[in-house]
Amino acid sequence: MGSRTILDPTGERTVAERARCARPASLEGLTVGLLDISKPRGDVFLNRLEERLTGVGASVKRYRKPTFAKPAPVDLRHQIATECQVVIEALAD
Amino acid sequence: MPADAAPALPDGIVVVVKDECATCRTVVPVLAHLADSVPLTVYTQDDPAFPDGVPSLHDDDLAVSWHHHIETVPTVIRVVDGVEADRTVGWHRDEWERITGVAPLGPDLPAMRPGCGSMSVDPDRVAELDVRFGASVLASRRIDVADAEDDIEMMYTRGWTDGFPVVPPTEERVMRMLAGTSRAPSDVVATVPPDLVDVTVEKVAIAAVMAGCLPEYLPWVLTAVETACTDEFNMHGLLATTMPVGPVIVCSGPGTRAIGMNSGGNALGQGNRANSTIGRALQLVVRNVGGGRPGEVDRATHGGPGKVSFCFAENDAESPYGSLAVEHGIEPGVDAITLFAGEGPRCVVDQLSREPESLARSLAAALQALHHPKLVMAFDAILVMGPEHARVFADAGWGRDQIVAGIMAHLSRPGTDLVRGADGIAEGLPEAFADVPALPKFRDGGLMLTYAGGGAGLFSEIIGGWVNGDTGSKPVTRAVTY
Repeated sequence: MGSRTILDPTGERTVAERARCARPASLEGLTVGLLDISKPRGDVFLNRLEERLTGVGASVKRYRKPTFAKPAPVDLRHQIATECQVVIEALAD
Repeated sequence: MPADAAPALPDGIVVVVKDECATCRTVVPVLAHLADSVPLTVYTQDDPAFPDGVPSLHDDDLAVSWHHHIETVPTVIRVVDGVEADRTVGWHRDEWERITGVAPLGPDLPAMRPGCGSMSVDPDRVAELDVRFGASVLASRRIDVADAEDDIEMMYTRGWTDGFPVVPPTEERVMRMLAGTSRAPSDVVATVPPDLVDVTVEKVAIAAVMAGCLPEYLPWVLTAVETACTDEFNMHGLLATTMPVGPVIVCSGPGTRAIGMNSGGNALGQGNRANSTIGRALQLVVRNVGGGRPGEVDRATHGGPGKVSFCFAENDAESPYGSLAVEHGIEPGVDAITLFAGEGPRCVVDQLSREPESLARSLAAALQALHHPKLVMAFDAILVMGPEHARVFADAGWGRDQIVAGIMAHLSRPGTDLVRGADGIAEGLPEAFADVPALPKFRDGGLMLTYAGGGAGLFSEIIGGWVNGDTGSKPVTRAVTY
């Protein structure tokens, strides 16, 4: 033991690591969730994405966070996870 | 390091003394008499040869004294079957006779003499003893610093600092810090974003040590952490935002003076230990426990110096218009903190207004510009007035409500001035607001008033907020938990 000992200031959490889902070869037939985080003009971006995704044979479901300033509620995250294979989040103004 | 087991006391009469104590020296004849009368064990804390002529054991490492909570010498304890049955401290003839069952004792001595402080509660030694004998109360991982390693640099390397050096949180320092609260080290204070980690009193104390706090600041830091991690205050969003904002801590109540906070000249500046370190400790908790770091979840475009620490006391004792804490429902005289999601302060200069109406208009003009003159209702603000501006209102008999109303009277604009494109500026409110005849800059309660600063200066400070209300952050005021 060294002459000085200090206490760990971190949360000392054990990080759960999960493997990412494999990238789908095609979006055809998949359900893509579009999450609007409620920033202004996010809908403009997502509307265009919906057109493009529908055009390549994906079906699209739309979701919206109550406020961009807080994390998405757990129920919403669960709903997206159970209803979609792919999700796209619109982050910016 | 395992805690040493408590040494058992032998049956009979146990007396703990030290040579340095005049009362202990006075009772030496009594101890000699007791040694002849009852099973007696004397522990001496300092000189192993004391008391002269009476067999004694040297409590060299103070293990007996610490484990048996000796606060005063002499302490007399009657032990029956290994268990303490009674004790008295100092010299009090009746008590000694009752506990030892021997009388008369010390007939030539005065009836009573107060004792002296035990070496085991010496303020210079108690933290070290607490660590040596009670270390198991701390749960944090121990990290050894190599002899050749610089501890300050080692903490930089591990990413545990805000850019300034931190005080290494040794066990002894953390134990001393924990003396500042009655809460148990293992108590969970809050769940800290963004990693949503439960933080204990112990981890907050570690951050407080690192930030440079004194133990008496710890209750304020604990309350700040607790308040920051509420859903209303929304520390997660405040951390993640691109805006240059952080938790602003306004401290209120007599406790601010007891811990030496600055609410006078340069209250929002540097140089006062409590002001500088309480806010820093909160931010170190967010960084090290919550995992909130710039460039990661912290996405601030510019940030601001207030994100290191922005904490000050309001001068509620001298305020002509009461305190922010009382405005938020705290009883007068109760220590409290208000957490506000805010940016750095900006100055309003008005050195000519001597009438309240003129000064109210000046302040309103500056407040209208907050974040953007055309953006209204979305941001709160704290207005910090010092003595010279506040006196203009006080001399005219304006109280808190009248000051706020007087300023708000000049903070209203027709929707046509504020919509997108108005004044040739693309930024603004959606077109639908064009029909609204008058839009106030601040929502109800969104313009808050506090009193701080000192000396000369016809200035006020505006602390601009972040996205307000349910969408973003609400100011939260809580009484300090000791």
